[in-house]
Amino acid sequence: MAELLFWPALIAYGEAAFAYAGNARRPGLAGILATWGVRLGWVAQTALLVGQAVRAEGFPWDTWAGSLNLFVWLVVGAYLIWGCRVRYRLLGLAVMPLAAGLLVLARIGGGTGLGQRSHYSSAFLALHVGLVLAAFAGFTLAAALSGLYLWLERRLKRRRAGGLLGRAPSLVTLETLAARTVVFALPALTAGIVVGLARLRSDGGRFDALMAVTLLTWLVYAAFLLLRYELGWRGRRAAYLALAGFTLVIVVRLGLPLTHFS
Amino acid sequence: MNLVLVGLSHHVAPVELREQVALPAPRAAGLAAELAEACGEAVCLSTCNRTELYLAATQAGHAEALAVEILGKDELGALLYRLRDEAAALHLFRVAAGLDSMVPGEGEILGQVRAAYESGSPGPLLDRLFRQALHAGKKVRSQTAIGENPASVSSAAAALAEQVFGDLHGRHVLILGGGKMGTLSARNIVSRGAEVETIPSRTVGGEEVLRGVERADVVVSSTSTPGYVLTRDRVESVLAARKGRPLFLIDIAVPRDLDPAVHELEGCYLYDIDDLESVVAESLEARRREATRAETIVVEEASRFRAWQASRDVVPEIASLRARAEAIRSAELERARSRLGRLSESERLAVESMTAQIVNKLLHLPTVRMKEAAAGAGGTVYADAVRHLFGLDDER
Repeated sequence: MAELLFWPALIAYGEAAFAYAGNARRPGLAGILATWGVRLGWVAQTALLVGQAVRAEGFPWDTWAGSLNLFVWLVVGAYLIWGCRVRYRLLGLAVMPLAAGLLVLARIGGGTGLGQRSHYSSAFLALHVGLVLAAFAGFTLAAALSGLYLWLERRLKRRRAGGLLGRAPSLVTLETLAARTVVFALPALTAGIVVGLARLRSDGGRFDALMAVTLLTWLVYAAFLLLRYELGWRGRRAAYLALAGFTLVIVVRLGLPLTHFS
Repeated sequence: MNLVLVGLSHHVAPVELREQVALPAPRAAGLAAELAEACGEAVCLSTCNRTELYLAATQAGHAEALAVEILGKDELGALLYRLRDEAAALHLFRVAAGLDSMVPGEGEILGQVRAAYESGSPGPLLDRLFRQALHAGKKVRSQTAIGENPASVSSAAAALAEQVFGDLHGRHVLILGGGKMGTLSARNIVSRGAEVETIPSRTVGGEEVLRGVERADVVVSSTSTPGYVLTRDRVESVLAARKGRPLFLIDIAVPRDLDPAVHELEGCYLYDIDDLESVVAESLEARRREATRAETIVVEEASRFRAWQASRDVVPEIASLRARAEAIRSAELERARSRLGRLSESERLAVESMTAQIVNKLLHLPTVRMKEAAAGAGGTVYADAVRHLFGLDDER
């Protein structure tokens, strides 16, 4: 019965995506409806995840589809922290269609069902997956913020920002928020990698290409923070670097079914 | 009681005519009090764009003549607009919503309408009219984006600076030239909490400017110096020291002070006077689009006011009907008292209450229908029927 909660979550996320599009054309009521869609959808998805956790034997999100379900919840949850403010509604236009789309993918892959048998018996692995997914959710938001930054910056450079004034976050805010999100996400990825490597060492597994890409992702975001806070890399360059890191996140996510869940 | 409006605005009269009838706040309050004594109720609204007298009087013609006599000096009489009842209410609602202003949706007028109402001499009709006008004005601002976009070069500059930096509090503004134009253009930015440093025209060629640019978040330039005060190379030379902080530059000088190539540098946003004016034009266009939505809100509010005003027309009939019913109830109760024998206090109160309830329930629906008909196409036809059926005219 609890797996039916997928539908209210999807409908609410979908409604939020459409309402954000409506709000971009004509701000007002659509923006309020979108915000409530995000909130209600997230509550429904939380209930679904709780149901999965209660009914599962072991870690319930150890398939690629299950981890996608958890990933969507983390992304929307992180967006909810500050995304309900009026000026961040444009960001919702980037986040919510992605969330709705990925949730559908998770459903198709069977990641929203209940009573799954876990392949991960070890709490170590559950911690590893949880930390890495939390970090990836943070990087996804940082990428959305950076994308919005580049779009807005381009409008200002082309002197076509008139219609946006007062409706979008400022450049400085977007840039700072993206950096702060990475500040929180990178330690999570670091811890996730450390846990994963420790397990690899104890179980004697192989070091595969996906792990190498994950390490490369870590390097890119570490460089992002170093350049941003030590050498004053801001603006477009920092935004492009955050997007480059996110490209690696996508590679890791797409590669997961081939290596870890095959 | 009729609503009468006589006025003059920027739509019909240039400033040299408007200034002849402009009323300073104390004079407007005094005049409202005088007019209220003569007519019944009065509020004078006087701003730089309009002078309008709102009167509520039983003799509308007399009130209008009085207002025309006050405002219609010399050739002004022919320019005055004269509106009554629903048209007058709709006009005030449009004024309060900023739809009748030079810049659609400007916010100052709502405060001016409130001030006029508070210093006027309103009675029941004007009190309701002005409170509903203020409500309509607020509703338009909260439900449409009519007031969101900048409507002047100065506010456009501030809005753009906010789009780059967010909160301008504590941001550093460098004014090059320090002339009146530069100060005016920076006015909105400064009013949002930014700190100002000014470098006069005679020293803008020196190294002091570069040190200023290094510290500044916003540069406003309006010198009369020939050639560029800041070239691309000069600005580029301080970028490293700025550590990636964005720089917003406003060039309102003609000929221009700032090399347009500065805009190509990363993190530098240069807007000249034409750019700012095109932002204002775009904003005004957006405001005009929102004005269509605002008109719908205003018309709804005006229609609600009309319904309320119409319902007042049948108030005497309703009062007479209720008085007649109450008289019958009291008389019948008095007559029945002898037949009922000795009643305890609680029994007497119960009978009183029951008969009052019967009367109220019987009269409730006819009262509502009379009010509805008065607000709609039926006018006072039900009220006339009630007067005839219950013989209310005979009583009078």
